[in-house]
Amino acid sequence: MKTLRFAIAHNLGLVLAIGLFVVLYAIYVSMHPNYGMNVVLQNGNEALALILVGMAQTMVVLIGGLDLSVGPLMTLVNCFGSIVMAGTGGSIVLGVIACMALGAACGFMNGCIVVYGRIQPIIATLATGAIYLGLALFLRPTPGGRIDGDFAWAFTNDINELGYTYGWWEDLGWFGLIPLQPIYLILIVVLVWLPFRRTATGRGCYAVGSSEAAAFMSGVKINRCKLTAFTLAGFFAGCAGIYLTMQIGSGNADAPQAAEYTLRSIATVVIGGTSLYGGSGGVIGTIFGALVLRSISFIFRVVPESSALGFVASPLLQPFFEGVILLIAVSLGAARTFRVRNRLSLFT
Amino acid sequence: MSLVSKIDKPILIGLGFIVLILAVGTVYTLSTQGTAVFLSPNYLMQQLHVGAFLGITAAGMMMVILLGHIDLSVPWTLAAGAMLATAIGGPLGALTCIGVGLTVGLVNGLGVAFLRVPSMIFTLGVNTVLLGLMVMLTGGHAPQSAATDLMLFLGRDRTLGIPHSVIVWALVSLTLVFVLTRTPLGRYMYAIGNQEAAAYLSGVRTRLVIVAAFVMCSLCAVIAGLALGGYSARAYQAMGDAYLLPSIAAVVLGGTNILGGQGRYAGTVVGALIIVLLQSVLSVMQMEEAFRQVIYGAVIIGMLLIYSRGRIVNA
Repeated sequence: MKTLRFAIAHNLGLVLAIGLFVVLYAIYVSMHPNYGMNVVLQNGNEALALILVGMAQTMVVLIGGLDLSVGPLMTLVNCFGSIVMAGTGGSIVLGVIACMALGAACGFMNGCIVVYGRIQPIIATLATGAIYLGLALFLRPTPGGRIDGDFAWAFTNDINELGYTYGWWEDLGWFGLIPLQPIYLILIVVLVWLPFRRTATGRGCYAVGSSEAAAFMSGVKINRCKLTAFTLAGFFAGCAGIYLTMQIGSGNADAPQAAEYTLRSIATVVIGGTSLYGGSGGVIGTIFGALVLRSISFIFRVVPESSALGFVASPLLQPFFEGVILLIAVSLGAARTFRVRNRLSLFT
Repeated sequence: MSLVSKIDKPILIGLGFIVLILAVGTVYTLSTQGTAVFLSPNYLMQQLHVGAFLGITAAGMMMVILLGHIDLSVPWTLAAGAMLATAIGGPLGALTCIGVGLTVGLVNGLGVAFLRVPSMIFTLGVNTVLLGLMVMLTGGHAPQSAATDLMLFLGRDRTLGIPHSVIVWALVSLTLVFVLTRTPLGRYMYAIGNQEAAAYLSGVRTRLVIVAAFVMCSLCAVIAGLALGGYSARAYQAMGDAYLLPSIAAVVLGGTNILGGQGRYAGTVVGALIIVLLQSVLSVMQMEEAFRQVIYGAVIIGMLLIYSRGRIVNA
């Protein structure tokens, strides 16, 4: 009991994010006229890229920085992917690997500029973001490219469709209805995040985010931690780019979209309970943070026009309510401001 | 005190870089067209005219960056101000526009100073709310979006060849320089940017100072919105989006520390000029958009590597 209470108190942000998501999604499910696995699939499709970009942002926020290049990097990988993933069969696998490598390499470059150039992350990534967007425009001056339709369809669908498309397996019953998006997420979390969290470097990232000087004095390899965090951020942003490519089937160097993803990623990180000052939180919270953001827009879609709340169903009002909910959510964290005895403790 | 030590390093290097941009551009035009178009007063005045919008926005952004904060609500504050000014029209529209600036600044300031929400996320939320409000305003029907006479006067017209937007920029600059260097408020802003707790213990009412800085930032944004609306003869939804990151870049290129507490106003002017001239010269050289972006990013990194490197943490 005591351990449970301790665990909850220690992960309050995560617990709140999960709670908020469960409540919002339950509202959505209860209002949806014909809810089913296909709706989950559609939701997953709309959420996954944002989740992955949010995870990328989380890595940099954890070490006390901010990454303004996650959106442009996703766009760059999208444009790159529309070229290297355009073949068929085995070449697609190579293309996906190349995309992941490009993401990680760009993240590593961000890290090098921050670590060895000693430029603040927010500014360094503002500049590299422009560079990545430029490279994306260079690869795809106009939207275009076409990746293999079967591949794009099969890997953004559920387990059954994956089997049908390639003739790997027949109908697997309820198991086959599970969408692939949650599986991708679980794979990334189990294979990348959880092992990383347990290494000395992973713990070091938290230490660096809490206090760089203290981490240095304790013998944490600061540079290695920062480089790894940025590289992982690039990798996650690259995964988002790959998924986007599969989803839209082509490459598009869309600057407004890149900027929107970057700004939204900050919101997902904060709602997911990661401190913008660094040192606490994690990508699992961010997953739920992104789901909270997406659930809000899902709900607006299914509010019946005739109900008492029908007026909010207007798509024109949606951005407004999204902003208000975001403001309320982040202001809730301000409750401590009114409880502190010594106002000096506010200036951390 | 010699002049060189008075003008600090970032400003000096920035000015040098401006000369370099113009020199490279001139060599290019001399070799291709045989004219030195970049050195003509007409061209330079035109650049100042366009640069004023970025300059005014960046000036406001600098006020919050000096405190170690950031204002991501600038794009839609600018757009909302201009859109309301055109929708209402006349002098009342301009007053509403200023009112938008005051209100947004107050809300931002209250959220950041009193609720102590990180400015990064609070202003992001305010930006989304403003976007939502403007979508509501323009969604159902199309309001008047042609610039009012006052906006045209501020943004498009010239007197004796000097664009009024440049005069506005100069006035805003003079006011801010006065505030930063000649008033207690300015001193407090630098103090808070360095160590908020220390400023608080010295008796500075830090929360009011933060609110004041955010109000100044939003006011600059709506003034830029008025002038920009006049320049493009209309107000439109995404008009501010192109000013957020460049204004942050201009402030930082000018030598202001992104963590706050350090920086001179003249640097921000130089930073804004660098960005405007770089974009303009590259486009005259018919550089593709892709390469322009890459060069723009590389220049920011390169310049910061020269003069804005952080200290090594070793204790």
